[in-house]
Amino acid sequence: MILDGKCPTGPIEKTWDKHCFDMKLVNPANKRKYKILMVGTGLAGGAGAATLGELGYAVEAFCYQDSARRAHSIAAQGGINAAKNYHNDGDSVFRLFYDTIKGGDFRAREADVWRLAQVSNNIIDQCVAQGVPFAREYSGLLSNRSFGGAQVSRTFYARGQTGQQLLLGAYQALSRQVKAGTVKLHPRTEMVDLVVVDGVAKGITVRNLVSGEMESHWGDAVVLATGGYVNVFYLSTNAMGCSVTAAWKACRKGAFMANPCYTQIHPTCIPQSGDHQSKLTLMSESLRNDGRCWVPKRKEDCEKTASEIAEGDRDYYLERKYPSFGNLAPRDIASRAAKEQCDDERGVGPGKRGVYLDFQSSIDRVGEDLIRERYGNLFEMYEKITDENAYKQPMRIYPAPHYSMGGLWVDYNCMSNIPGLFVLGEANFSVHGANRLGASALMQGLADGYFVIPYTIGHYLAGVTPGEVTDEHAEFAKSREEAQARIDKLMNVNGKRSVSSFHRALGKIMWENVGMARSEKSLNFALKEIPALREEFWQNVKVTGKSDQRNGQLEDAGRVADFLEFAEVMATDALHRKESCGGHFRTEFQTDDGEAMRDDENFCYAAAWEYKGEGKAPELHKEPLKFENVKLAVRSYK
Amino acid sequence: MDLTLYVWRQNGPEEKGKLEQYAAKNVSPDSSFLEMLDEVNEELIGEGIDPIEFDNDCREGICGTCGCVVNGVPHGPQEKTTACQLHMRQFSDGDSLTLEPWRAKAFPVIKDLAVDRDALDKIIQAGGYTSAYTGEVGEANQTLISKPDADYSMDAAACIGCGACVAACPNGSAMLFTSAKIAQMAVLPQGAIEAAERVNSMTEAMLDAGFGNCTNHYECEAACPQGISVKFIAKTNREYVKALAK
Repeated sequence: MILDGKCPTGPIEKTWDKHCFDMKLVNPANKRKYKILMVGTGLAGGAGAATLGELGYAVEAFCYQDSARRAHSIAAQGGINAAKNYHNDGDSVFRLFYDTIKGGDFRAREADVWRLAQVSNNIIDQCVAQGVPFAREYSGLLSNRSFGGAQVSRTFYARGQTGQQLLLGAYQALSRQVKAGTVKLHPRTEMVDLVVVDGVAKGITVRNLVSGEMESHWGDAVVLATGGYVNVFYLSTNAMGCSVTAAWKACRKGAFMANPCYTQIHPTCIPQSGDHQSKLTLMSESLRNDGRCWVPKRKEDCEKTASEIAEGDRDYYLERKYPSFGNLAPRDIASRAAKEQCDDERGVGPGKRGVYLDFQSSIDRVGEDLIRERYGNLFEMYEKITDENAYKQPMRIYPAPHYSMGGLWVDYNCMSNIPGLFVLGEANFSVHGANRLGASALMQGLADGYFVIPYTIGHYLAGVTPGEVTDEHAEFAKSREEAQARIDKLMNVNGKRSVSSFHRALGKIMWENVGMARSEKSLNFALKEIPALREEFWQNVKVTGKSDQRNGQLEDAGRVADFLEFAEVMATDALHRKESCGGHFRTEFQTDDGEAMRDDENFCYAAAWEYKGEGKAPELHKEPLKFENVKLAVRSYK
Repeated sequence: MDLTLYVWRQNGPEEKGKLEQYAAKNVSPDSSFLEMLDEVNEELIGEGIDPIEFDNDCREGICGTCGCVVNGVPHGPQEKTTACQLHMRQFSDGDSLTLEPWRAKAFPVIKDLAVDRDALDKIIQAGGYTSAYTGEVGEANQTLISKPDADYSMDAAACIGCGACVAACPNGSAMLFTSAKIAQMAVLPQGAIEAAERVNSMTEAMLDAGFGNCTNHYECEAACPQGISVKFIAKTNREYVKALAK
């Protein structure tokens, strides 16, 4: 099937404004009759639920965490982009649009990206109005910094805790609506099924994570803002509870999963220290503003401490390879470059899987105090984890899975191929193409939540009779029974192997074969290993405790079971995409100097996969991508 | 290193709990406190014992989900550090650790070390926001905010809402949590207009939710993983007095 994103036509500058006017509205007096289910309370979900509540819709918001303030958006450190051009350095909405399209390696939809760039400025205004304490100059004006993949200073930040402050802004707006009675919160609640009635999304089945009860909730529309799937790698920068479960349940009900092979491996994370490790910790990309990446020029120097290696014996490989962007090269490029140095046996630290990020020349230039003011909390975090003082010796960093550009397929209105099912933020595939630029995730989450869904959902609801289908419909009972049966099945395997050992095993398969560099051989290998591991899981997993009370093992088991199905689609997508682009690097498709080689003639499309059942190959649907405003070109940061 | 753990096990809010003894063996000093618990849990699962339930999520010290009392100190012995960022090199071979949940009237135990902190959300819902609607709100740089005020506001806003302050307080008070939000907003022009209403409704919600009041023990500041200062409590008291005049 050829998919249509239903983008508005005409001059790109007018597309969103024209579309806003063309969309239908819901009468203010009727809004309260419509019930909207919001799953996830991160930046996209929190902002969306708050804004829909303000408009007067009856909103119910769900999250697996104990509070709506804890979604993993909170861990974003560096900042949020906006095209304010406060620094008179040549920024504009068009440049942000252009940088995002190029940064995504020409695999995103132009109209969606334009809208993102256009509303970026409204986001900053909104957050300031909410009392988000952005960094300021002594003049009282907002402060900016630059970020990877851009040559302008357009990133707004709140120390190294920007995600936290933006999320708390959205959470507070949401709290205000809870008080006003327009939003009802359901914390410690996990979505375990999507209820589809006659092809239309009409509700969800959730599991209460305290009592274990299955509950049905009906809604006139269902919105998923449930984040990304990189915990498929087991070790990632995501929170422990992040999973593909909600999105995957939607896929099992017919929603298409688009571009799952586009995963972002973030260049600046703390290297793994041992087998006990449960997650990897990100060090903000903003550090690359003042830190220089290097490894020893000679293998034999790798055992020495950094201070024993003379300046002339250091290879500042990003500055060498990409003179114009240097240490600010985009994430996919910086990550692959780090991997190359380590593959060349010039890595540093335990296991030789690490490169230095050195602040000495910046400390010499601007002083330790200013570096501390900019990144103090990151240096503290680094010291807590590694027991090393990065003011005195360089940090050691290594790439780690961080973000998923792929996600559920949506049209321009953020609606999936199932009518009534909307998808926001990292959970959808829409704006980042094959690679996301730094400080763009926060921008997308808030754009979708504050400024896109409030318009587009109205257009859909205007054609729906409120409360037409409720949880009395037979589909709801059926869904509850199926979800309970799956829980019972997990509890009754009574095998010998723990849930986390399966998750680790899956992560190893994915990291080694579907990670930073993939080949036909490695992907075919993964496609054999994943089903075998899945089969063992259902025969040998051991879930302790009871299903009618809080049970962390059982929660994890359900999520790992879904990852074991999703992983196969991810590897299938990576195998089919016979080109290298952005975060998807196929070793067969590279230039002589190791750069990614895109194939626009054959792969300039979004790949949306339809799940066909276990053991069956998923079916590919294509949405061709057209570039009318940015010329398709080889992405160069040299 | 090898450690002996005494862990609070409790099946539900109405059930009786007790300390159980477990051994943590071959713990890497580079592992985090929660990774140590993960490994103990793997052992327990192997022995057919229900693993220890504890809340956690981001494991980078920012989401505020984790936390338990370690040897009487919320989040354990390292200053300004959440349990997930506490690393085992802070302990020595042969140490005994007693792990308990946050203990406060407003935080009922869900299971073992996991507690219900909905009460903190109720305080924010009472007024921890500016009443700005999403939409056209004016250009961001139209509102100048001095750097000292912005920094002060950010110092307060850094609160992660973990509840360690409540667990540390002899009165089970959430005054540090509540005042951090009141102070963050009060010092900003956007938040100043609603300051009087905010301080009244948030402190009232705090008492309604079952938290105690503040009697200046300052245990909260000592326990806070973000180093939130008690100066915000003083600021809140001033805001409270100012509100009386309105």
